[in-house]
This record gives sequence, C-alpha cells and structure tokens, in this order.
Amino acid sequence: MTETSTVDQDSNPGADAEVHSPGTIRVLVAKLGLDGHDRGAKIVARILRDAGMEVVYTGLYKSPNEVVNAAIQEDVDVIGVSLLSGSHVPLFRELGRCLREQKAEHIFVVAGGVIPEQDYAALSDSGVDAIVPQEARADLIVTTIRNLIAARGRI
Amino acid sequence: MTAYTSSRQAKRAAYIPSIELLSGVLAGSVPAIARMISRAEGGYAEASDALAEIYRHTGKAHIVGITGVPGAGKSTLVSSLIKAFASDGYKVGVIAVDPSSPFSGGAILGDRVRMNDAAQSCQAFVRSMATRGHLGGLARSTLQAVDILDAAGYSPIIIETVGVGQDEVEVVTAAHTIVVLSAPGLGDDIQAIKAGILEIADIHAVSKCDKPEASATVSALKGMMALGTVKASAGWNPPVLPVSSVSGERIGDLKDGIGQHWAHLQESGELAERQRSMCRTRILGTARHLFQLKFNEDVEEMEKHIQAVVNRDVDPLVAAYRLLGWDSEARVA
Repeated sequence: MTETSTVDQDSNPGADAEVHSPGTIRVLVAKLGLDGHDRGAKIVARILRDAGMEVVYTGLYKSPNEVVNAAIQEDVDVIGVSLLSGSHVPLFRELGRCLREQKAEHIFVVAGGVIPEQDYAALSDSGVDAIVPQEARADLIVTTIRNLIAARGRI
Repeated sequence: MTAYTSSRQAKRAAYIPSIELLSGVLAGSVPAIARMISRAEGGYAEASDALAEIYRHTGKAHIVGITGVPGAGKSTLVSSLIKAFASDGYKVGVIAVDPSSPFSGGAILGDRVRMNDAAQSCQAFVRSMATRGHLGGLARSTLQAVDILDAAGYSPIIIETVGVGQDEVEVVTAAHTIVVLSAPGLGDDIQAIKAGILEIADIHAVSKCDKPEASATVSALKGMMALGTVKASAGWNPPVLPVSSVSGERIGDLKDGIGQHWAHLQESGELAERQRSMCRTRILGTARHLFQLKFNEDVEEMEKHIQAVVNRDVDPLVAAYRLLGWDSEARVA
C-alpha cells in the first residue's frame, strides 16, 4: 500500500493526447440525503483527480433521482456515493431503482463512508457494485474503480 | 485490505455505434446526447461520420459565452440564467469548462454543484467538461458539444469558460454573445483599461451587486466604456449590468440584454460575419490539432529534429520547416 502518487505512474505530463486517451474515466461523486459531511467526499474527489480521472461533484443533500439524472447528463462511468448518515440501505435501494427506471444500469455504483459489514449484502442487492471500507487507503479506491471498468470495457 | 465487490455478474454494456445514437440526438434524447458528447471529447474516430451529420443540423442556437476570473460567480450566475430563460420557455443547454491537471490529466469539475438544482427543475442539459490540456479557456471539443446540443434543439446554449486571467479570450470566437462577469473588489480603474478580457464583452455583468463595493466596479467599467470600444459593432454599446445571483436582483435585465444582443446581431447583419469568423477559427484550430497529432505519431522523425535543435545544428524555425516538409531555404519570419 502506497500513497496516491504511485497510482498515476502511467500518466505523461505535457503530452495531452496520451494523458487523455479515450479511456479517461469519469466519476460522479455524490452525497445522498440528509448528510452534511463532505470532507471525505472531497478528499476522494481529489484522490481520483490525482489518479487521472475526471470528477464531477454534485454537492450536498441530493436525492437519488437527482444524482441519476446528473450521472446520465455527465455520462459518467461510476457514481461514487459517500454516506455517513446511517440511511444507506433505503437510499441505495432508491438509487438502484432510479438507475433501472432510467435504463442507466451500465453506470457502476461504488459506496463509501460508514457502512457496517452486515449491510453489504443488502447494498449489493440494491445494485451497489463495490463498497470501499472507511479505513481503505487511497489507492484501493482507485484500483477498485479501474478494475470495475476494465471488466466492463468502454462503452 | 480489499474492497467488497458485488458477487453479481460483471456489468456488460454493448458499445452503441455513434451512427445509431444519431437519431436519438436529433430527437433530443438526453442519454444519446450525453454519450455523443463523450465520443466527441474522446476523439473517437468512429464518431466522425455521426458528428459530420450532426453539424448539418446546427446553426439554430444562440450561443452565449460567460467568462470571468475564478470565483467571480460564473456558475452561480449561469444557474440563475438557466432559471430565467427556462421560465420564458427556453430549453437551455450548458457546457461548463474546468481545468485539467497538467500532471495527472485528472480534473475536478465543480460547476455542477451550483447548477444541479436549476438543471433538475428546469429540464436544462448541463455538461461539465475538462480542458484536457487545451489552453485559452475552453476544451478542444467544447464546440462539438455545442453542435450536439444545437442539433438536439437546445437554445440558448451557454458556454461557461474556466476561470480566466487577463488573456484567455478564445470564447470570443466560440459564441455569438459574450458576457464578461467582473467581481467587485478585485481591482481599480487601471485594471479596467487594460487590454484583453474586458475588451471582448458584448455585455458586462458585475456580480454580487448586493455588496457595497459593486458600485465602484460598475463605475470603473462604465468609465472604460465611455472612452469608446475597440470591438467594432455599430449600433451596440456594451451595457454594464450589476447582478446578484443571491437575491436574484436584475438577473432578468441580464437575460433581456442577452436577448437584445441576439436581436441586434440578426438585424444588423453582424451575425453572418460572426458565424464566418467562428467557422474560420474552428477550421484553423482543428488543423492545428491534426498537425499536432500527426507529428506526435512519427516519434523518430520528431526525435531527429529535436536532436538537431539541441545540438544547435539548426534553429527551431528551420526544424519546423523541415518537419512540415517545406523548403527551409525559402523560410520567412
């Protein structure tokens, strides 16, 4: 486990054609529901930026429907949701429902924040693709996202 | 430590050929528009036929550029303008540009924080775009994204530039109407008479007019305007409009001003001129980009020229002539 600086070793400053291959990963970092703590979400946004991803941040207090609409317009590969409020089970269920309803299930959902292990199965059933535990190091977040997209391929 | 990964089958999504997205774009389908913008941004060769067809359907939209220093309040103002135009029945499109990191290539696209609510409630299309190494205040594919929104029936289309300094004026050849947003408290009347960003305005807006310092900024700009404007446009004097996105004060005036400028361009015939100059810039810009791609491809050839310049065998101008395959004996400049 190392610092984030090692995850962008394949980047090449100055040669924009190479840094920005068609494979630039876009991520929507979102805060769902009544949860005003976004220090973590902003740090994650910064980590992903330093790993060469384009990160759209939604701001606080978003509904699942708003987040899905934003993700579709921004054509992101991943929605990363940080939740510390304890209401993750119903909110992710609703997020999954909105994604299905809008035929946007190709977008990955990655959860982070304070999520007890006993809820992992419920979140998975709601359509969450990966859960990053709160004590995770920066590069785990990056590799989790990269692995998901590598498995799906570009669309 | 590992991340918990869902045991469900890995997600599969088929690649939809761009040409199949085309009918969706023209019919205004939001997912099709969004995907097509990504294809333009990524420079997918496969998308070029579809983009060529899209271009044939453009030319209807009023393109409005909003520029200003970082923190002037551009995103907040755009959010207010979305609401103002939407309440008049307009279908507003927005391309909001933020800078990419020159080191990692990544970007934080934060404009949406201030526009999300307006986008949601007004059925506007808001897309954040990273510059991906392009200088000048826009991204290389900003205008293709504008084309896509234009073909999909959005108008006005607002381009929000990155927070600019004094000299990033590329937006002037990208939009029909340029709004330069100045924030109060950031400089005196000397700043106001400097060359560059302030000269490109069709409309000056001064943000945060609920603050007392705003009136000084308004008078400095009006003083500058009183000395005449360089941007020749018969029959149009760029107005100076104080606005407050917080209180909503005079946002309506700005919306009307933007509409009046559009009417002026059409009535005076200046629109045709601007369209021509926009096309010219796009052709030259695209040619420059293609050259760059071409030269990046042939690494060996490039290395040869670099070494010759490093060794002081030739100067950079001669090397450039050789790179282009031109006769360096006939060089000028």
